[in-house]
Amino acid sequence: MPRIRVEVDGSSYEDDVEPRLLLVHYLRDRLGKVGTPVGCDTTNCGACTVLMDGLSVKSCSVLAVQADGREVTTVEGLRAGHPMQRAFHEEHALQCGYCTPGMIMASIDLLRENADPSEDEIRDGLEGNLCRCTGYQNIVRAVRRAATEMRRPASEEVTS
Amino acid sequence: MTEVGSPRLRSEDARLVTGRTRWTDNMTPAGTLHVAYLRSPIAHARITRVDTEPAKGRPGVVAVLSGADLADEQGSLPCAWVVTEDMRLPEHPPMAVDEVRYVGEPVACVVARDPYAAVDALEEIDVDYEPLPAVVDMEAALEEGADLVHEGLGTNSSYTWVFENGDVDAALRDAPVLIERRYVQQRLIPTAMEPRSVLCVPEGDEFTLYSSTQIPHILRLMLATVTGVPEHRLRVVAPDVGGGFGSKLQVYGEEVIALLLARRLGRPVKWTESRSEGNMTVHHGRDQIQRLTLAAERDGRLRGIKVELLADMGAYLMLVTPGIPLLGAFMYSGVYKMDAYSLTCTGVFTTKMPTDAYRGAGRPEATFAIERLMDELAAELDLDPVEVRRRNWIRHEEFPYDTVAGLTYDSGDYESATERALELFAYDKLRAEQADRRERRDPVQLGIGVSVFTEMCGLAPSRVLGSLSYGAGGWEHASVRVLPSGKVEVVTGTSPHGQGHETAWAQITADRLGVPFEDVRVLHGDTAVSHKGMDTYGSRSLAVGGVALYSACEKVVDKARKVAAHLLEASEQDLEFSGGRFSVRGVEQEGRTIQEVATAAFAAHDLPDGVEPSLDSDATFDPENFSFPHGTHLCAAEVDTETGMVRLRSYVALDDVGKVVNPVIVEGQVHGGLAQGIAQALFEEAVYDAEGNLTTTTMADYLIPTAADLPEFVTERTETPATTNPLGVKGVGEAGTIASTPAVVNAIVDALRPYGVRDVPMPCTPERVWRALRDESPPDLAEPGAGGGLGSAGGAR
Ligand code: FES
Ligand code: FES
Repeated sequence: MPRIRVEVDGSSYEDDVEPRLLLVHYLRDRLGKVGTPVGCDTTNCGACTVLMDGLSVKSCSVLAVQADGREVTTVEGLRAGHPMQRAFHEEHALQCGYCTPGMIMASIDLLRENADPSEDEIRDGLEGNLCRCTGYQNIVRAVRRAATEMRRPASEEVTS
Repeated sequence: MTEVGSPRLRSEDARLVTGRTRWTDNMTPAGTLHVAYLRSPIAHARITRVDTEPAKGRPGVVAVLSGADLADEQGSLPCAWVVTEDMRLPEHPPMAVDEVRYVGEPVACVVARDPYAAVDALEEIDVDYEPLPAVVDMEAALEEGADLVHEGLGTNSSYTWVFENGDVDAALRDAPVLIERRYVQQRLIPTAMEPRSVLCVPEGDEFTLYSSTQIPHILRLMLATVTGVPEHRLRVVAPDVGGGFGSKLQVYGEEVIALLLARRLGRPVKWTESRSEGNMTVHHGRDQIQRLTLAAERDGRLRGIKVELLADMGAYLMLVTPGIPLLGAFMYSGVYKMDAYSLTCTGVFTTKMPTDAYRGAGRPEATFAIERLMDELAAELDLDPVEVRRRNWIRHEEFPYDTVAGLTYDSGDYESATERALELFAYDKLRAEQADRRERRDPVQLGIGVSVFTEMCGLAPSRVLGSLSYGAGGWEHASVRVLPSGKVEVVTGTSPHGQGHETAWAQITADRLGVPFEDVRVLHGDTAVSHKGMDTYGSRSLAVGGVALYSACEKVVDKARKVAAHLLEASEQDLEFSGGRFSVRGVEQEGRTIQEVATAAFAAHDLPDGVEPSLDSDATFDPENFSFPHGTHLCAAEVDTETGMVRLRSYVALDDVGKVVNPVIVEGQVHGGLAQGIAQALFEEAVYDAEGNLTTTTMADYLIPTAADLPEFVTERTETPATTNPLGVKGVGEAGTIASTPAVVNAIVDALRPYGVRDVPMPCTPERVWRALRDESPPDLAEPGAGGGLGSAGGAR
């Protein structure tokens, strides 16, 4: 079994893993990082989205061995009260919340690429993340709100 | 009253946005065994042999069981709604024993130390099948000599249910206008984002079963009934649940088997489905064929409607399978007045996954039918579709109104809702643009879809359910405890899975008791905590459970008043209660807060005679009537006549859900409902091929909408309070889904009417739109403008 070394949400882990083990299962079953859920088996839903070296990936489409030597951030590793989390709350961008961890991580990556996206750019950018509850409207609003918030100089940022 | 009506942000969110959520699949107690199922790859077959031996030898495998191995203890999955006395109700073993009747039906299971070992061992189970004919088409299934799903029943018909009011034959005979149509409500897959998951933990001869369910209370009773585990030895918990939309209003075989395995093996047992498994084996929705005849006068006034319905039950009757079309049976007259109505509904067995509740459950199908027909009537009479509705709807001063379908609508104001919707939509402007595009023969045509709807929800008055032979009541329960410290715990029998009860219930409580919102905690979804309840479905939680909570709060205040009067040495009548404080009228400085009263009631040192210690209460509410939200939805669709592409340009949803507890939550419910209704119109369909194979097993094949597929919705409300409950509230969860499907299809057909198109089957994919254009209009009429009188091309037969 290959041995991998990964940093997840600020802690380092070293584990022997089966080559077929998916990153999302490594996170959930081996590390107990169950904040990242699984919504499908065909890499369509995006519920499992995490950041790997800062870029969003669907963690069900990555093997644990591919994460060797990388840094993974899950929704659990965001600093407390991250503007994207706040925006999702403030815009009521979640109902059941199952898509939310993935949606938040994908949205953070979307703003990394485009700090001031239009509504259409957000809708296109989040096409790989499915939500069955919200009809997406409030998710789009939340990403817009977070974008405004995150463009502000850090000194002005409200910490609640 | 400050909390109710205010846009409180949800208290639930804190754990959901940080990944600190308690989904069932997140729990894996030490020693947990994992289950995987071998499922039938064939729609219909006799099982002649199951060899589990090789699988038992695999590393990590603890047990391998076939249906036959569990035959003595697994019982039959329950159907709680025997809709007619002669309804045919076949046995439904959780795991197939000698015959499989749909693709995905469980045949055997492996229990292993981890999910991988369990799945791997499935390959080593050998099953011999003797194929039997698949039964896929409902109409063919009812023909003489058709292949049978259940040989022993001698027919594929489960039941025929009839409703009649007024003389429909007379209404249809010599009617000046008759509109006859056949509409198909395609089969849908509910697709809650959280896959089903169940974990059963044994503790001696007692069991705690965690499940991703909407119905912990009903599930406990049903599991006890099916397995013989005594109800009081069984605790069912619905932890955080990731959406349901009706699909988790079910007693699934996998839940029964988890309990049986935990009992047999004495260890925690867990199963979580994969999405592909779920698409095959979570109950499906809709799947009806409607034959409709609407009779009207030349001025557009309705005479009556005749409905002949075939409803696909699938292979078995599950919890409320046969009753779903009946929930629609009372809605075929929609918001309109007419004198005659008849409905005949036949439930048909096929070799497919059973159908059951999916958001709207029966009402979307009925609303689609009447709202599509009203547009066809308008076209036939060359009237504006809004005008033809106006001539028929119940006017606001006519409420309460007894409908031809046997309901009493308590309240409504269709005029105001429609007027406001037309304004927001800029109806006249869009009509002008439509005329212009028609004139110009623009290849991209504009269509306007109208849907004026109401629906019955807030399930349900127990006596009505009884009269429909439903197996339970429709009441709800709540209790309120003001703790010694003055903090408040609320226990509700509803079981939220995204609806925000923890927030809305706290708002109701904060207002009634005059305590801070933050001081209220709402507990739910655990039969050990919430000892009675009827759970969450049918847009019932606020309209029934919220009202129960309201009564429980009133009872607490009544009790507190007695204690406060005693403490203040005043008479109860002289006490005022406001802002959480009792005071003696005229002597404002003399008072006790409800928190102080709670402390005193807890200490019980000095209570009035006959008052028991502790400040708490229990209440149930059994509604006297359904709740009838209504609204007017308008959709503008651009349809490319060359490619068949449909683009929703604007969508206005004007809803009237009565008094609103939390407008943020209500708006969210409307958005989500719209998305699902629009998805039926445009995108989704569960497809079985001629051999009964489901071809849409993955999310790549069964297309739920993405953010890019949906428009920005314009939502607004009018507020006509329900008169049948003290909060004045109505249900909201299903309204958007019910209203939007016909609005979208009406818009598409409206765009194409000059081309002779008068229907596009759902989902209206580009291919279907394109075909409708080619098939329905002979080439010489395909030229726009050739018909001249736009809007009159879809004549009656
Ligand atoms: S779980 Fe669906 S994309 Fe990863
Ligand atoms: S909030 Fe339920 S799936 Fe997005």
